[in-house]
Amino acid sequence: MIEFSMPDSIKKTVTMVEAVAENMMRPTSREFDDNEHEIPWDYINFTHEAMSAMGGGSLAPTDEGKPKDRPSIAYQRLAYMIETLSWGDAGMYLCTPGGGLGAAAVEATGTPEQKARFLERFQGDKPVFAAMAMTEPQAGSDTSAIRTSAVRDGDEWVLNGEKIFITAGHKSMEDTPGFVVVWATIDPKAGRKGMRPFVVEAGTPGATITKLEHKLGIRVSDTASMVLQDCRVPFENILGSPEVETESTKGFKGAMATFDATRPLVAASAMGIARGALELFKDLLAQEGIEIRYGLPRSRLSNLEREVIDMEVMLHSAWLLVLKAVWMADQRKANAVASSMAKVRAGDVVVKITQRTVELMGPLGYSRDLLLEKWFRDAKINDLYEGTGQINRLIVARRILGYSRRELD
Amino acid sequence: MYGFEPNEEQQMLVEAIGRYAANDLQPGAHDADEEGGWAPDVIEKGWQLGVLQASLPEAFGGFGEHSAVTGALAAEALAFGDLAGALAVMSPSAFALPVLMAGSDEQKTTWLPQVVEAEWKPYAAAVVEPSFNFTPKDLKTAALKDGDGYTLTGEKIYVPFADQAPALLVYASLDGQTEAFIVPGDAEGLTIGERDQLLGIHALPTYHIGLQDVHVEAAARLDGGEPGMALPLAASQVGTAAMAVGMSQAAHEYALAYAKDREAFGKAIAQKQSIAFMLAEMAIEIEAIRLMVWEAAWQLDQGLAEAPKSAYLALMGAADMAMMVTDRAVQILGGHGYIREHPVERWMRNGRGVANLVGLTLV
Repeated sequence: MIEFSMPDSIKKTVTMVEAVAENMMRPTSREFDDNEHEIPWDYINFTHEAMSAMGGGSLAPTDEGKPKDRPSIAYQRLAYMIETLSWGDAGMYLCTPGGGLGAAAVEATGTPEQKARFLERFQGDKPVFAAMAMTEPQAGSDTSAIRTSAVRDGDEWVLNGEKIFITAGHKSMEDTPGFVVVWATIDPKAGRKGMRPFVVEAGTPGATITKLEHKLGIRVSDTASMVLQDCRVPFENILGSPEVETESTKGFKGAMATFDATRPLVAASAMGIARGALELFKDLLAQEGIEIRYGLPRSRLSNLEREVIDMEVMLHSAWLLVLKAVWMADQRKANAVASSMAKVRAGDVVVKITQRTVELMGPLGYSRDLLLEKWFRDAKINDLYEGTGQINRLIVARRILGYSRRELD
Repeated sequence: MYGFEPNEEQQMLVEAIGRYAANDLQPGAHDADEEGGWAPDVIEKGWQLGVLQASLPEAFGGFGEHSAVTGALAAEALAFGDLAGALAVMSPSAFALPVLMAGSDEQKTTWLPQVVEAEWKPYAAAVVEPSFNFTPKDLKTAALKDGDGYTLTGEKIYVPFADQAPALLVYASLDGQTEAFIVPGDAEGLTIGERDQLLGIHALPTYHIGLQDVHVEAAARLDGGEPGMALPLAASQVGTAAMAVGMSQAAHEYALAYAKDREAFGKAIAQKQSIAFMLAEMAIEIEAIRLMVWEAAWQLDQGLAEAPKSAYLALMGAADMAMMVTDRAVQILGGHGYIREHPVERWMRNGRGVANLVGLTLV
């Protein structure tokens, strides 16, 4: 069935989230952007309480309140929530307590025992964070080039290496009793086949947060470096099999499965920024008495009308790709291509829209009096993290061409 | 709820049309384009798929009910075969669906069975006018009240099959509002001019027509529901946009197959990121606009107030998408793309026309 009505229960959720975005995020957006690495505890504590009241301590897919005879809308709801929070402030959304990418990795590759052990902490009285550590100084998109090693020693794993660009890494290891899922190799000669995720909990000796990055945007979100020096974790902290399979690349596929689930959610975050920028731009035009006339051919439109209409097409078509990708996740359909399509388009669109709105508002757009320039800076991360636009193009291209990694590299 | 899968009935229709598009339209499209028309038996075969017939209730000669979503799926599948062929097969919809959507019961009973019963007949709409900034919202063709009826005066272009049409649906401005009038093909004052010579869609014969004080009766004006033609025009934007998606999908598939086959510097050109990324971006663009088309169609079916705006945005997006995709298809074939033996240059010429094809098809 082809239909496009927003489910009522998602509408209710969005109304609640909108109140947070409008009253708690927007008013402090500028302040936290100016004071990089200040922690927005009011937002964190409030959202933790709100999410706990709804039954979970994380922003995670939930079908709470859905009629039982209808298919799941959990990922759809989550995409709407993330879009709305990012409309409020995309950096602060990344400070939402809970498991984030770390918990997603545990969900995707952990055993039931591991899920119980590691995920319970998000249900407590206090907000807790978790993060994912993949990138290394010499290994970005080419995740198979990671060097962090895990060597078995009796009933422990010994981890050595350096991880960078860990979103919420400081909050997960220093500010709250959380954890970081660290990707390491158990056999450097095995390439992807040797890659495994390990849960490194806050307070583990040998795991040190060494640096917080100073960034173009999303400055309220901490982006941490972590050094692992003879860092010992229990044997049971490995997610997935401790053996190097010869026939498959399960470890790597585990990482990729996590990304399939989270890519459309990153795209949803991009959409929130883009919508915020376009809405403000239209409001500012309206204040100047400029009305957008729809329905006319380009030859009859003013340049501003053309720009707004083009941006609306970009924004909405990208949003529909996001919705389709999360709908497929809810339907348990393989959505790797749809996810990457949504991510490519969302990354492109948010960058274009935020760049154009700054340009079209002239001296005011470039000024820090408005948030447009902040969103211009925040936007770009969406074209970079969770797979750059180019990596996601490669994923789409391989899939539509039926090519392997070797055939198209 | 959201849903992104055609239902079983729609799926069957799309598959049937897909076979026609692949077996009849695609193989014949080159010759039809060169010769300036589709053979009547090919059009008839497309007509027998029953897309329009299934959009009309039994009371008016059909066997189904109107669904813009189904119509959009059908339009996409037809244009995958050939844009001109799709427009030819569906030309009667540009006459009949406005009658269904905006006509009175009497007008529906009078006209719809004539259009859909038996074989394909060259019913068509006359919407476009020869002006660089043409828009159906501001027509130069004027309707004046004249006794019980109306007098129509103006000039139209892009009128399919005007030389043989039993009747045309002529859009004109009445007191500043766009209205539609049924004009018999032999009406006094209606002159069929030269055949249009266009950049693309050569296989669709379209004509200039002149209207000089053409008198029609009061019953000729579509007056069944809300005043004006906003909804039929939105349905036309959706139909055109859906066809742009289908045509672009065909161009993409052709360029993709060529890129996998064609070797340069020791490997298939598709194995080079410069080409592979182009193909990926084309696929993303097509899918993004397809979803906008589906949503606008769904809103039309639900009678939502935002449907006309969504239809407009879908067509604006589709026109850009079609040009981007078809241009790249030519580019991927390189010099060969410029040669008329390959269909990509035809798709590129057709692609530029998308924004102009207002009112020529409806869903």
